[in-house]
Amino acid sequence: MNAIPRPAIHWFHFSSPPEFFRLTGILAPIAFSVAAVLGAIGLYLAFFVVPTDAVQGDAYRIIFIHVPTAWMAMFIYAVMAFWAGMGVVFNTRMSAVMALGLAPTGASMAFLSLWTGALWGRPSWGTYWDWDIRMTSTLILLFLYLGFIALHGAIDDIRRADRAAGILALVGVVNLPIIYFSVIWWNSLHQGPSITATKAPTIATPMLVAMLVMVFAVWLYCIGAALTRARALVLEREREAEWVRDLAGSAR
Amino acid sequence: MNWESWDAFWRMGGYGGYVWGAYGVFALAILVEIISLRARSRAARRR
Repeated sequence: MNAIPRPAIHWFHFSSPPEFFRLTGILAPIAFSVAAVLGAIGLYLAFFVVPTDAVQGDAYRIIFIHVPTAWMAMFIYAVMAFWAGMGVVFNTRMSAVMALGLAPTGASMAFLSLWTGALWGRPSWGTYWDWDIRMTSTLILLFLYLGFIALHGAIDDIRRADRAAGILALVGVVNLPIIYFSVIWWNSLHQGPSITATKAPTIATPMLVAMLVMVFAVWLYCIGAALTRARALVLEREREAEWVRDLAGSAR
Repeated sequence: MNWESWDAFWRMGGYGGYVWGAYGVFALAILVEIISLRARSRAARRR
């Protein structure tokens, strides 16, 4: 009966609210600090080191926020759906908190990828918007985030809200490969990916470095923001618990 | 150095409106999120 091996890392340890709160209290400030440093370096590279593009002029500098926000919009959804799924399957309390903590940041990233894309599309394609598959599926991604938040907010019982929104998040996962592969599967106004896992990147090295620095900056910012929101959610949910009262009593 | 003057920097080779429109809203979104997160965290601690 005792055949189940003990895992090396006790993951479920961090699914206890006080432990989660303690650990994220260390991680979130680190994430924000690194994001700020990388962001400063990335913006310096993007505007003062990388030269003007021969074809697109300076309008292409939007790439340094367009690509990071677009990647994060997709990636955060995958992580959010993972936690939502964990919450639905294992009923672990912090999983739903993580999913709910990620959603507004993901929505913000989806909006920003559309916004920066529109402002880049106008000078390079001649239009702000086109009902092309990549743009349309990214718009659907934004609506999935907003739907997740709205559905959760519409149900009073938190456990049921976690479950219903979690299932919605899981269903929405089908949209992710559509966004990612849309520019390969369909002939689209949007260009193909500049960076893939299997081929050499199709953009110049200084540009690539600046873009990757910005990707990591935005990534760490998203981690910091999602963890900070999750921490507030834990306190709100565990209001009656002794450890939260002790925290409020220590008047920080 | 890419820019001959600050004026040239803000003009962005004629694409200033697009570039700063994109970066401005990006900065604003992050600022709004940070401010609202701070307010929410404070309120959660006070209760």
